[in-house]
Amino acid sequence: MPNFDLSTTSLRDLNGALHRVEEGSNDIHFDVLNPRGHHAVAVGIAAHLTVDIKGSVGYYCAGMNDGADVVIHGSAGPGVAENMMSGTVVVEGDASQYAGATGRGGLLVIRGNASSRCGISMKGIDIVVQGNIGHMSAFMAQAGNLVVLGNAGDALGDSIYEARLFVRGHVKSLGSDCIEKEMRPEHHEIVADLLRRAGVTGVSPAEFKRYGSARRLYNFHVDNADAY
Amino acid sequence: MSYVNPPTPPRKSATFDDATLAEIRRAAATGIYDIRGGGTKRKVPHFDDLLFLGASMSRYPLEGYRERCDTNVVLGTRFAKKPIKLKIPITIAGMSFGSLSAPAKEALGRGATIAGTSTTTGDGGMTPEERVHSQTLVYQYLPSRYGMNPRDLRRADAIEIVIGQGAKPGGGGMLLGQKISDRVADMRTLPKGIDQRSACRHPDWTGPDDLEIKILELREITDWEKPIYVKVGGARPYYDTALAVKAGADVIVVDGMQGGTAATQEVFIEHVGQPTLACIRPAVQALQDLGMHRKVQLIISGGIRSGADVAKALALGADAVSIGTAALVAIGDNDPRWEGDYRKLGTTAGAYDDWHEGKDPAGITTQEPELAKRLDPVTAGRRLANYLAVMTLEAQTIARANGKSHVHNLEPEDLCALTLEAAAMAQVPLAGTSWFPGKGTF
Repeated sequence: MPNFDLSTTSLRDLNGALHRVEEGSNDIHFDVLNPRGHHAVAVGIAAHLTVDIKGSVGYYCAGMNDGADVVIHGSAGPGVAENMMSGTVVVEGDASQYAGATGRGGLLVIRGNASSRCGISMKGIDIVVQGNIGHMSAFMAQAGNLVVLGNAGDALGDSIYEARLFVRGHVKSLGSDCIEKEMRPEHHEIVADLLRRAGVTGVSPAEFKRYGSARRLYNFHVDNADAY
Repeated sequence: MSYVNPPTPPRKSATFDDATLAEIRRAAATGIYDIRGGGTKRKVPHFDDLLFLGASMSRYPLEGYRERCDTNVVLGTRFAKKPIKLKIPITIAGMSFGSLSAPAKEALGRGATIAGTSTTTGDGGMTPEERVHSQTLVYQYLPSRYGMNPRDLRRADAIEIVIGQGAKPGGGGMLLGQKISDRVADMRTLPKGIDQRSACRHPDWTGPDDLEIKILELREITDWEKPIYVKVGGARPYYDTALAVKAGADVIVVDGMQGGTAATQEVFIEHVGQPTLACIRPAVQALQDLGMHRKVQLIISGGIRSGADVAKALALGADAVSIGTAALVAIGDNDPRWEGDYRKLGTTAGAYDDWHEGKDPAGITTQEPELAKRLDPVTAGRRLANYLAVMTLEAQTIARANGKSHVHNLEPEDLCALTLEAAAMAQVPLAGTSWFPGKGTF
């Protein structure tokens, strides 16, 4: 089991090692000690690894992850799991702004709260936040699912495209072109599946409301100019 | 004797000229601003307002065709393990698949590869065709992140973080519904036929301090191999350049207001941003003040048309230039052979700029399969290569005439200006004087 202590080893050595793991290797579990808020920890992984980060990290942890299962045993700075392609990233603590930004696949789980712009411009990623999310979350969200067990801040889903938003608590306000929609059976299944995969128990999909695009701004019309 | 008021010829207002009157009527009829492609159409101080002095008693020339005048350029020498090595200092600017047809992107790749230079992706990501046909491909990292993925990032030869472009500094992209084919929609993860308004700010960073961390992430993801460019529109070139250096860029691209766009508001194109000529010296000054001139390379774009423009940009301190509009013209954009079709669209060859409508008679700025077929990528690629060769020969001709064995040896002292405005912007003497505005006291 490769072990990287970032108080004595460089970030380059860690990420280089993560990128060099060959298909079929047995050494696929990495422990990262003393991350101490380092930026760009465990970024650009393109293999089925598991990475346990024992502490809090700075910006872009697990950025562009493509296949790894990463657990952050602490809190994460801005842009955790940005543009994730596949795999799983779990933040045991809180996440700063832009969590899961532009993600295309995989699952991001945040056990605590996520700050503003969670899921901004998401393109297929699934995000489960057990706490609350900040303002402007899911701005211009294109695809994927955002499940929030707590409350959502101002302007949720502003200018949203086809992403699905599920919020269990209170939504402070909805952004332009974002509306509440009916929870149909397929949506209950989506939420149930994501809660199961995120390891969340004791919560029913029936407790959630669904939000998505009214599709009024998909093609510009001058009569909608006030919405921008 | 009675006085007869003599007839006077009709006189139109210089303020309310025909174009202004037409725009007022168009706005009144539609209720929406005008959208078009290209860069500014107004006349602004440009490279035409500069002249080279040539050799004389104090400078001896090099023999044309006999003495070497090199044109190669290396981009990304600051941090990248694998800098880009180009034969000529003229690169092809970023233009998206979506705004351009697949054959047009292929033609740009073919032409650039023959000429020994790079081409660049655009909003929407990398297509397999352009990767295959581009020996050196720069991958744009844009605010929308449409089509962006780490697999293509690793397949690229360099990464260009786009902060702005000259046609619309502060504006995002725009690809209207009529150009969103199934393939374009799929690449961008959006429904077919909707207007795609790309974001104007990056979703996961703001400001130069964040950019420094974003660049660190991109370097770590690509194992510090690839040069990282930062592209800015011609807004505040001194500070933008200085901050890009601070953030860790290998290469800085400064795009003036003559630089084209696929589509944006006319008011944006014509009223926001600075002319290319006004951007070069401040950008070079920033690099010099930081001791980074020639260590962080500077690419200038926006209205580059000829080898003379290339030579003038290099003489003012750029390491390379980039062309977009000129490259499209070289492969057939606005060609008079399609005049009949341009007339049907209510325009004429040379003036067609409704690229966003997807009806381009030349088959370049379209996703209509029948129109796209009009462009043969092999022939068009050859035309681009020819054009790049001519530009290079012209730049060499000028460099030799000024006694330079490499086009990078051209310098501001080789230039004079024809107008006060150009003298002030380029900081070279007004022709016949040793003075330019801002130099000494007047």
